Amino acid sequence: MSGDKVKARTPEEAPADGTEVQETINVSLEKSEEAKLKARYPNLGHKPDMLRKRLQKGQKYFDSGDYNMAKANNKNKQLPTAAAPEKSEITGDHIPTPQDLPPRKPPLVASKLAG
Amino acid sequence: CCTVFYLGGAPGGDMQWCFSQVKGAIDDDVAEADIISTVEFNHTGELLATGDKGGRVVIFQQEIENKSLPQFRSEYNVYSTFQSHEPEFDYLKSLEIEEKINKIRWLPQKNAAQFLLSTNDKTIKLWKISERDKRPDGYNLKEDDGRYKDPNSITSLRVPVLIPMDLMVEASPRRVFANAHTYHINSVSVNSDHETYLSADDLRVNLWHLEITDRSFNIVDIKPTNMEELTEVITAAEFHPHQCNTFVYSSSKGIIRLCDMRESALCDRHTKLFEEPEDPSNRSFFSEIISSISDVKFSHSGRYMMTRDYLSVKIWDLNMENRPVETYQVHEYLRSKLCSLYENDCIFDKFECCWNGNDSVVMTGSYNNFFRMFDRSQRRDVMLEASRENSKPMQVLKPRKVCAGGKRKKDEISVDSLDFNKKILHTAWHPQDNIIAVATTNNLYIFQDKVN
Repeated sequence: MSGDKVKARTPEEAPADGTEVQETINVSLEKSEEAKLKARYPNLGHKPDMLRKRLQKGQKYFDSGDYNMAKANNKNKQLPTAAAPEKSEITGDHIPTPQDLPPRKPPLVASKLAG
Repeated sequence: CCTVFYLGGAPGGDMQWCFSQVKGAIDDDVAEADIISTVEFNHTGELLATGDKGGRVVIFQQEIENKSLPQFRSEYNVYSTFQSHEPEFDYLKSLEIEEKINKIRWLPQKNAAQFLLSTNDKTIKLWKISERDKRPDGYNLKEDDGRYKDPNSITSLRVPVLIPMDLMVEASPRRVFANAHTYHINSVSVNSDHETYLSADDLRVNLWHLEITDRSFNIVDIKPTNMEELTEVITAAEFHPHQCNTFVYSSSKGIIRLCDMRESALCDRHTKLFEEPEDPSNRSFFSEIISSISDVKFSHSGRYMMTRDYLSVKIWDLNMENRPVETYQVHEYLRSKLCSLYENDCIFDKFECCWNGNDSVVMTGSYNNFFRMFDRSQRRDVMLEASRENSKPMQVLKPRKVCAGGKRKKDEISVDSLDFNKKILHTAWHPQDNIIAVATTNNLYIFQDKVN
């Protein structure tokens, strides 16, 4: 295929200096990006939060009772925010109006790939 | 430069990729349900399946090559489409269960029908896709329209015959494998024994028999007793293509564990552990996130496996655990953008990767609807784009280049102009020929190499 020759780093061939220089550049790039991030978010959380959020994907509370029960069970842990459009409103404090409710899922229709 | 065409898809010379087809809506307003979530060729390449966020599966079939127009290779047309999964709500856990199809895997064909496994976050289904091109005619007790005849009116008997009818392709769910995953399923993989398959979620891997739906064996469990100590999750798993006792699973820490089911019933202890060593002083906040493996694929030969992490593709020799034998940078220019990519969540995007038929070329997607191919034998790579602008029949794709900074050459695109909403996460390569399927957000592109 047309294109530039790419350096596929194999253990035998790669000259030690080249990859070390590249790694140093990479590390400094990453660390400067990290500094940028920490400057914007001084209270940045760590990995366990990310993993836990990933495991709790899909969490939705179908009424205020459900939400309060979950809150009671997780007194010590940080409760993941429900998938509400307005993040400042908490289920149970806010009475939903028709405009606030998430749109109903559209009826099942055929895929556009097939038509 | 000359273009060489090899039967059977062996690479060599310069491959030139041409637009063949594009499926899906043209308009920019993308409905969430139309977002393509998986693409997979079957074992012969005759069928190409896609799954989407709306829980639907669309299967395309390759038509017989048009002999009178040799420059037009065979096209893929819609063969079957069905609703595989529907949205559910788990009231006990207050969990919304998305109908999005996470993976489709074809079973090898054993008889006239085709079978595939499709899965959402919680439930795996075995679908049978069969053709009906004959129907019975001449019932004794029924009229042609199905109404029952008055038995007293029948004076003679006849033998019903099968007469041809327009081809009908029917999809029916033959097995439903449910309630075995507490966490979200990310992978399914059919075993080379053609009888069993594995399914993996964030913390566990289960082994199923295709005939048995009411139980499965848990073969990997990395859930810590105290969830506060959770540091690693399973991101992908796959069975070895030939050794039915061997499978691998990858993790969010960039580690691949190979397990041998002959060693013990519960494969919590790996047989081999593949990890590239990293100097701890080189670690940044992003190191672990970008080392998370989003896809793992064995080569067809079974000798190698490929992993995809956020910035690179790595080829591992199963005989060498301490480092990959090849590393390819997919979009190195993103390293200086990690801060914004973290803010817009793109750093968590899960790109897949695939091998060509003879394991000489690997392919993976990127942003701005770019995708990349790395030719391992030729030590060449190319970046191409899937876009409607380059979709004239048999139009040759022009290589793309991204300028990381400084002076931008003509025809190059600056890294700041990249559209991070246009991501190619799913690609597939025909098992024998140089035909590839590339999924943008809601469109499926099919490209072929130029016939000489």
